[in-house]
Amino acid sequence: MNRHDERYEVLLSGSGGQGIILAGVIIAEAGISHNLKVVQTASYGPESRGGASRSEVILSGEDIDYPAVTQPDFVIALTQEAADKFAPRVRPGGSVLLDSTWVEKPPPDVQATIASFPLTEEASNHFRKPLVANIIALGFFAERNPLLGPDEILQAIIRRVPSHYRELNEHAFAFGRELAGRKTA
Amino acid sequence: MPAESFIKKYLRQRVLPTIWCGGCGLGTVMRVIVKAFDDLKIDQDKLVVVSGIGCSSRMVGYIDANTVHTTHGRALPVATGIKLGRPELEVVVIMGDGDGAAIGGNHLIHASRRNIDLNVFLLNNGNYGMTSGQVSPMTPHAHYASTCPFGNLEHAFHLCDMVKSAGATYVARTTTFHYMQGVRLAREALKHKGFAFLEIYFQCPTYYGRFNKMTDAPTMLRWFKENAVRYNPEKPRELKKGQFYIGKLWEDNTKDEYTDLYCKLCNRAAEMVRVAK
Amino acid sequence: MGGAKGRTVLLQGNEACAMGAIYAGCRFFGGYPITPSTEIAEHFARKLPTVGGVFIQMEDEIASISAIIGASLAGVKSMTATSGPGFSLMQENLGLAAVLEAPVVIVNIMRSGASTGHPTGTGQADLMQSRWGTHGDHPVVVLAPATAQEMFDLTVKAFNISEKLRLPVVLLPEAVVGHIREAVYIPTEGEMEVLDRKRPDSYENLLFFRRDENGVAHPPDLGTGHRPHYTGLTHDEDGFFTAEPGKVNAFTVGLNSKLELHSDLLTDYREDAVEDAEIVMVSFGVTARVCSHITRSLRKKGVKAGSFRPRIVWPFPEKRLKQIAQNAHTFIVPELNLGQMRSTVQCAVGQDKRVVGINRVDGTMLTLERTLEEVKKVLN
Ligand SMILES: Cc1ncc(C[n+]2csc(CCOP(=O)(O)OP(=O)(O)O)c2C)c(N)n1
Ligand code: SF4
Ligand SMILES: [Mg+2]
Repeated sequence: MNRHDERYEVLLSGSGGQGIILAGVIIAEAGISHNLKVVQTASYGPESRGGASRSEVILSGEDIDYPAVTQPDFVIALTQEAADKFAPRVRPGGSVLLDSTWVEKPPPDVQATIASFPLTEEASNHFRKPLVANIIALGFFAERNPLLGPDEILQAIIRRVPSHYRELNEHAFAFGRELAGRKTA
Repeated sequence: MPAESFIKKYLRQRVLPTIWCGGCGLGTVMRVIVKAFDDLKIDQDKLVVVSGIGCSSRMVGYIDANTVHTTHGRALPVATGIKLGRPELEVVVIMGDGDGAAIGGNHLIHASRRNIDLNVFLLNNGNYGMTSGQVSPMTPHAHYASTCPFGNLEHAFHLCDMVKSAGATYVARTTTFHYMQGVRLAREALKHKGFAFLEIYFQCPTYYGRFNKMTDAPTMLRWFKENAVRYNPEKPRELKKGQFYIGKLWEDNTKDEYTDLYCKLCNRAAEMVRVAK
Repeated sequence: MGGAKGRTVLLQGNEACAMGAIYAGCRFFGGYPITPSTEIAEHFARKLPTVGGVFIQMEDEIASISAIIGASLAGVKSMTATSGPGFSLMQENLGLAAVLEAPVVIVNIMRSGASTGHPTGTGQADLMQSRWGTHGDHPVVVLAPATAQEMFDLTVKAFNISEKLRLPVVLLPEAVVGHIREAVYIPTEGEMEVLDRKRPDSYENLLFFRRDENGVAHPPDLGTGHRPHYTGLTHDEDGFFTAEPGKVNAFTVGLNSKLELHSDLLTDYREDAVEDAEIVMVSFGVTARVCSHITRSLRKKGVKAGSFRPRIVWPFPEKRLKQIAQNAHTFIVPELNLGQMRSTVQCAVGQDKRVVGINRVDGTMLTLERTLEEVKKVLN
């Protein structure tokens, strides 16, 4: 947590269609079930159709006044552009998760634990659905964030995804949790 | 002359006389409309008459019903809200040619397109009466108005054709010279389910007449009489310059009416919610 | 909310607004798509038919406001939603709604810039337009939500005010509030007050527009057996046009008196640590959330700072600001325009007080860092 104001900030970024907004919504909904105050915002408009997209989540035990991320505790970046732009903004000591399928060069000078996995590739290989990369990322996040438990996040996923994809998403989520246990590639 | 019973019944005696000029055709038009109300025994409590702004639109003040005098050109969308809000009401729209064809022209084509059950009486005097005789989209080419003192460069709309192709399902035209026909067509329009459009040519001797060398009402009525051609779909005729058709020009009873469709949509949507539960 | 049985869900501000409207009894929406308001229309398109309400996409915003006025006169609570360009088109009939005393709610999700501007940017530059956009003296009430929860709550409030005072009410959120997702508590039916217009059974001498002791007229819904005449012309208590100077004056003064006579109902603000504050940040909407963050941290550093946020921006809560100005010597007014609220605050607190604006018109929200910098400059 940012000690100065008791907020935990997550910044998810990628390109339109990678399910960044949905992942943010899921974290926020898990936050609500954990009785936290939440704010989720997204860049939208033309950006959400292919360009760089960004989704921010703020979790706090208190009312959240300022509704934008100031210094993210956790950054998830699914493209090189997103990584270059947002990873350096992470709070010293925070966490960064990169999708090495697209992020070839992790940005230098990031004072945080960087984990890098080929999320999209793994999603294609294991689940034949590159789209579940975001759910894998959520599994990883579930293991590495200090506030929300995996079950809260999983329940939020189940509430949000179509029921016939439930099993697929459960597997993807479990896979992401498992990645968190591995040494970073 | 003692007022006939239908005049007494359908007009607000307390606000008469009207503001209209002597010789103005709007008195006749109002008679036509309320006679049709009376013939059909329309319940005044369930009758809503909506208008825009102009001499024509002032008519709603005199009609003893639920009346709404809106802004210039906006009678149709206001009427659309009323009809959708309370589909059981009989909603009539009265507007001038500037109201309906210029500033409100977009609403006219869209209301036609929806085929919503409104009865529109578009009162066409070929100019803007209320603002003292400017050119309107219905001023004939080469005629005169205060803002075309050298003759009108533009061409008038064929309004009836326009609303027909936009989707209206009843279209007719008459003039103040053809009182009996007017009443008959007004009745038909009121009975029609769907978007019904009746264009009524009426004389504005004060401006249109004065600018076009027809300074009194009888001259203008003669002009209507001489140029009106009764429409017979079996025997279409070549119209000479200045001539126009009168009568029922179009009717289509195959197209669903909008508030009916909306009602069905609500039932479908409610059913889907019920099933989902 | 102790003992409350409602539910708390993550909602986008625009969704919360539409849900608040339906909670308040709104059963008619007429609109025309425009970013960043469109989610409101889309929510209504899905939901209204399932509750027997009407959704219609009109041909433009002029038609949209016209249609909701019509539906309102027919007795149905009605609303439209738009953004700057559409709000501009609505101005003439916003005046019509005020003069017909038709209760309607108009949501203007503010984007950035004049004309087409920056459609996906956020802004607050329609503050003056929302109050004075249509011609002539007219009453209008404007609410400025700052959170997704307030998008729900203040929409309900907007309907209540419009029904009670029979006037148009504008909801004026920035784009950011329309799109922010936050936990929103949805109350159960009956938990939150919902007001309906008065519907008298009879009227003396057909004087449908006579004002009651609270300055409000209660003309009948169309088609309920009374046969009223509604007109946008200046009118007498019977609803018919009048040009008599005495009556024209009575009409305009009476119409506008509704605001003053109900100043209690129309005063709604949030304040933090203003009692002994020497420096007060005044702002509305999301911008105010930045301010309360800043003044709180200033307090911790021993600066006597407070913050003030009107939730009803028009009528502007001058009275309260005047009281606050007894202690405070400096007012800082951050806003996403070039100073529309600043001048209003200066008028309220008096010319002898220092009123400083922080203005941003780049389509983005105020950032904490930059605002803090600006505030520090003012303090030095
Ligand atoms: C927005 C707006 N523009 C202009 C006017 C001025 N105006 C009042 S009536 C009118 C024209 C009326 O012409 P028409 O609709 O043909 O009705 P008529 O008086 O001829 O019956 C105009 C331009 C207005 N009231 N509102
Ligand atoms: S100006 Fe023309 S339309 Fe208007 S009342 Fe006089 S004659 Fe009739
Ligand atoms: Mg005319």
